[in-house]
Amino acid sequence: MNLYADLFVTFARMGVMTFGGGYAMLPILQREVVQKKKWATDEEIMDYFAIGQCTPGIIAVNTATMIGQKQGGVAGGIIATLGLVFPSFLIITLLAGVIETFSHLAVVQKAFAGIRICVCVLILNAVIKLFRKAIVDKATLVIFIAVMSLAYFTSLNPVIFVIIAAVLGIVIQNFKGEGK
Amino acid sequence: MMLFFRLFYEFFKVGLFAVGGGMATIPFLYDISARTGWFTQADLFNMIAVSESTPGPIGVNMATYVGYVTGMDVAGIPTAVLGAAVASLGLVAPSIIVILIIASFLKSFRDNKYVNSAFYGLRPTSAALIAAAGITVAVANLFYEEVIRTAGWCIEAVNIKGIILAVILWILTNKVKKTKGLHPIIFIAASAVVGIVFSFT
Repeated sequence: MNLYADLFVTFARMGVMTFGGGYAMLPILQREVVQKKKWATDEEIMDYFAIGQCTPGIIAVNTATMIGQKQGGVAGGIIATLGLVFPSFLIITLLAGVIETFSHLAVVQKAFAGIRICVCVLILNAVIKLFRKAIVDKATLVIFIAVMSLAYFTSLNPVIFVIIAAVLGIVIQNFKGEGK
Repeated sequence: MMLFFRLFYEFFKVGLFAVGGGMATIPFLYDISARTGWFTQADLFNMIAVSESTPGPIGVNMATYVGYVTGMDVAGIPTAVLGAAVASLGLVAPSIIVILIIASFLKSFRDNKYVNSAFYGLRPTSAALIAAAGITVAVANLFYEEVIRTAGWCIEAVNIKGIILAVILWILTNKVKKTKGLHPIIFIAASAVVGIVFSFT
């Protein structure tokens, strides 16, 4: 099979098999990309994940772009990413139409009222997990509390927080380094 | 036509600034909802549930869904599909551009002092932004805002059934060994059934 077609199909298959993205994708990547296709080693996959986490955008997309780029250059990177996104696009587009049609029914509204409670809990779980990784000292705790309060009580654009936090991170770490 | 450019631009921004993927897109989508009125808060919560229950990365699912719903209002299904495509491409475009640039000097990027320092500040910020969005979601769903507005904070304003469900779900997803590893879709489906049977609204 043509390399580009192979990249598209392989990542499209991964898009179908991954629920939730991010780390849920790791075992599937290991099986498809490392064992079956031999496009990367286990260590490389871990590196890609680490980089995917510290670059903008969705981790799964970043990983797909990196593996595709390694195999087939810029075009490979783009094609692998489009492959990964394609099944989501197809499924959600079909589903959105269905939900839009039935959303006015009382039964569906009641179901979603229950589901929204579940979403609250899922978000809480995600925050707890992130909190454990991100809050490593007093400075990070202060950043967390300050950003959370400001974001909750004001309607500032989240982009502002992200830019300030990146600058602040560099300043604090630099300051700490000089103190030693 | 302008709408599609804006869809692309708004999701390009989400893709560029949402660090950590998945849930990290929520505060940005919340912001889009407040500024554009393309979808309501309730729509956003429904979207999160749909995205969690369907295959594929959550962020991509959310973008597709928002693009579809927004495009639908223009001229039905064709513009809805176009909206879905534009929003998803907008979301992944920054990733593709940034990664293709970084891929050429991979190792030095990861070990770069400034990159690591920036993430020292970014990680708690990402968690805090999701937490703030989470509080808004929780208040909107565990309390009846209509009652608070007319009668102030009182016992009638508390969605007791909802809070009981939330506590049970939290215990099942965190404390009970047998259930805490289960996929979110199972809890979402169970909550839908509970919602229909016990009627929260």
